[in-house]
Amino acid sequence: MTTATQTAATGNHLSTGAALLTLMKLRTFIALFAVIIFFSIFAPNFLSTANMILMSKHATQNAFLAIGMTFVIITGGIDLSVGSIVGLCGMIAGGLIMYGVALPLGYTVYFNIVEVAIIVMVVGILIGAINGLLITRLNVAPFIATLGTLYVARGMALLYSDGQTLPNLTGREDLGNQGFSYLGSGSILGLPVSVWILIVVALGAAYFARFVPLGRHIFAVGGNERASRMSGIRVNRVKMFVYMFSGFCAAIVGLIISSELMASHPATGTNLELNAIAAAVLGGTSMSGGRGTIGGTIIGAFVIGILSDGLVMMGVSSFWQMVIKGLVIIVAVVVDQAQRRLQQRVTLMQMAKAG
Amino acid sequence: MPETDDVILELKDITKAYSGIVALKKADLKLRRGAVNVLVGENGAGKSTMMRIIAGVERPTLGEIWMDGERIQLNSPADAVRHGIGIVFQELNLFGNLSVAENIFATREITRGLRGIDHKAQVEKANEFLNRLEAGISADTLAEDLPIGQQQLVEIARAVSLDTRILIMDEPTSALSAAEVDVLFRVIADLKARGVAIVYISHRLEELMRIGDYITVLKDGQITGHAMVKDIDTRWIVRSMIGSDAKDFAKQVEHEPGEEVFRTENICLPRAQGGYAVDHVSIGVRKGEILGIYGLMGAGRSELFECIMGRHEHYTGKIFVEGDELKGRDTTRRIREGLALIPEDRQREGLVQSMSIADNLSMASLGQFLKAGFHIDLKLEKSAIMEAIRNLSIKAKNPDFDVTSMSGGNQQKVVIGKALMTGPKVLLMDEPSRGIDVGAKADVFRTMRRLAGEGLAILFSTSDLEEVMALSDRIAVMSNGRLVTVVDRRDATEEMIVSASAEGHKTKRMHA
Repeated sequence: MTTATQTAATGNHLSTGAALLTLMKLRTFIALFAVIIFFSIFAPNFLSTANMILMSKHATQNAFLAIGMTFVIITGGIDLSVGSIVGLCGMIAGGLIMYGVALPLGYTVYFNIVEVAIIVMVVGILIGAINGLLITRLNVAPFIATLGTLYVARGMALLYSDGQTLPNLTGREDLGNQGFSYLGSGSILGLPVSVWILIVVALGAAYFARFVPLGRHIFAVGGNERASRMSGIRVNRVKMFVYMFSGFCAAIVGLIISSELMASHPATGTNLELNAIAAAVLGGTSMSGGRGTIGGTIIGAFVIGILSDGLVMMGVSSFWQMVIKGLVIIVAVVVDQAQRRLQQRVTLMQMAKAG
Repeated sequence: MPETDDVILELKDITKAYSGIVALKKADLKLRRGAVNVLVGENGAGKSTMMRIIAGVERPTLGEIWMDGERIQLNSPADAVRHGIGIVFQELNLFGNLSVAENIFATREITRGLRGIDHKAQVEKANEFLNRLEAGISADTLAEDLPIGQQQLVEIARAVSLDTRILIMDEPTSALSAAEVDVLFRVIADLKARGVAIVYISHRLEELMRIGDYITVLKDGQITGHAMVKDIDTRWIVRSMIGSDAKDFAKQVEHEPGEEVFRTENICLPRAQGGYAVDHVSIGVRKGEILGIYGLMGAGRSELFECIMGRHEHYTGKIFVEGDELKGRDTTRRIREGLALIPEDRQREGLVQSMSIADNLSMASLGQFLKAGFHIDLKLEKSAIMEAIRNLSIKAKNPDFDVTSMSGGNQQKVVIGKALMTGPKVLLMDEPSRGIDVGAKADVFRTMRRLAGEGLAILFSTSDLEEVMALSDRIAVMSNGRLVTVVDRRDATEEMIVSASAEGHKTKRMHA
């Protein structure tokens, strides 16, 4: 009799544990719906199409960086330099449109917008490659390496124009470099171009993580670097890739922000790396590496974007906004840790009972 | 000595589950004051786990700990120290970057108030303890500069210096010379006289018989025997350790091995402290042959395997697969060239704990499922995974579950499956039966036999005599980095192998 009730009790215990686990796993979705429902009640015009489009544009910027950040964090690293890369890439885009590239003998070469975009993306990838080389070849801890490039890239962005904003990036008809505004202000089928690009990049990243060996290896490296190396995975190559991809994502954001404003400001993107990390963590990416999804990260980026825009619409002061954002991130990580512990306990108890 | 009830510590119904394995199942243990309480059992029987629980390193999943008639909680090593429990771990736990004295007094430094640590007093005190052990170590040398045997003595000195009521020694003699063992035993006798309860774990049965008062035998996480040492003999120990049912080794299949597929020539790996971890090892394996490498801890077996897999940059020597010399020192290429390694430490080097069973199986061989050069064909991958699960009879309810949800034996099979999916010609297995239960062991052994029957060349290392005798076609013995002998199993005797495994240390002492 006693044993029967006991097993029933432990069985109950296990199933509540399991239910709680499921709930915790869905927390990002729950958070997204919670913020949407909350603001549609308390913020006027929150659900209007115009507002939705505006918010998605804001969230998009974080989402790009967060996708790159997710891969980096899954390998067990961190990329603090993305905000600065955004700034530097924006300045380079502006500079190329306004001034072109001065060659010796007094010639100046101007590029059309597509070429500008490609050059800027290559610059982003190169800065990522520098991060990667520091981390893989020179064994610098990711936090320190990217902290270094954070300062260097920001400093270079400021040096580029001596701290000045490059205004009016409309281009000139005779130089054939007009149309930069399309990236930030254009729309296709009612959706902003930047959102379309995000969809492409996000789908590409999700495909990559599942269907391409290098993408799969990202998870293995972050889960257990030694075991990955023993299994023949070229760990350094994987790490190089994630930092380069993160740089690429940052370059895209630099282009989009400059295009939206039609101006490049060297301080653009300050602190964006923190938003990206927050979005990834909110989306269930584990800071200790090995776990994370692109889908979760996108949702995380939208939760953060909607949260800040919604609070603005409600008229909450920006000081309070910071406090609230910080609390949301902390709660997310606490829940993440609790989930892991619970999961472990449930499995171990099951095994101990089974003997 | 009569069986007394002078029990200082008692474990009641202790169960400890790790992810993947239940290491202890409702085990009871009584430790007596002023006696040497011996604990024996095979690798993976749960001895170390039990000691880690007593030392507060691990907490039991279920069960109670009683000390002096009171129930206590040991939540951290600091708790254990407070209760007067000291431990000499099997793995050395010294801070290599600190001096011997600093190691001995770590966490209880001798201080002079605000003027900080009194290094001079620490060195003097430490030297006292070391002299008692006749260690011949100066307390101000860096721990990492000492050879491994002396490091072990430092560990022992630290534990002795703690002035504990319970002192646990987990294989304290595994790296000691015979003379050093004698000194250690004198120290133990001295501690015993002072009423310290000693817990002594060792594989060396003759040692146990010499020093032990009470003996407890563990098998597969359960206590299978408890007696006073004077009432029993080594046969009793072996019977309790192995059980009446002899180990289920795979039946020998009589098939003639084919031509040589793998050969090393003069593999050398220098040790940081001088000498060689792997000392001019030349060895060959034939198709369909199982070559067992026997050796004690630190014999250089793992290091040899690591050299073969290109893990060390500083090794010298040549490696041939099917007559072609392998170039480069790069694990990825070695795998592509037909080598695969099952690492000794499954958790650290074998598995990616955060991934599913399926992802672990296919992670090393994704290149085989590609379409258009980059796209993984999930169907192809899935069918290969299912085939591996079937072939190795891996008990996986759902291949998408976390790999940590499986038992240790099945985890080991996943690591083997991962290696096999790369299509190796030569399989290196470093202690393939470590940390898995008896049933799974038999399964792994059967798998090894079958693979050899299918023409794979297998090189495996073990420190289990019975295992190497039963499984190998030929037996190689390594000692202190050197390959001492290679014999056909039919000509091998246990005595021969045991004496060969001590060979390297003998010559070293002669030179020294």
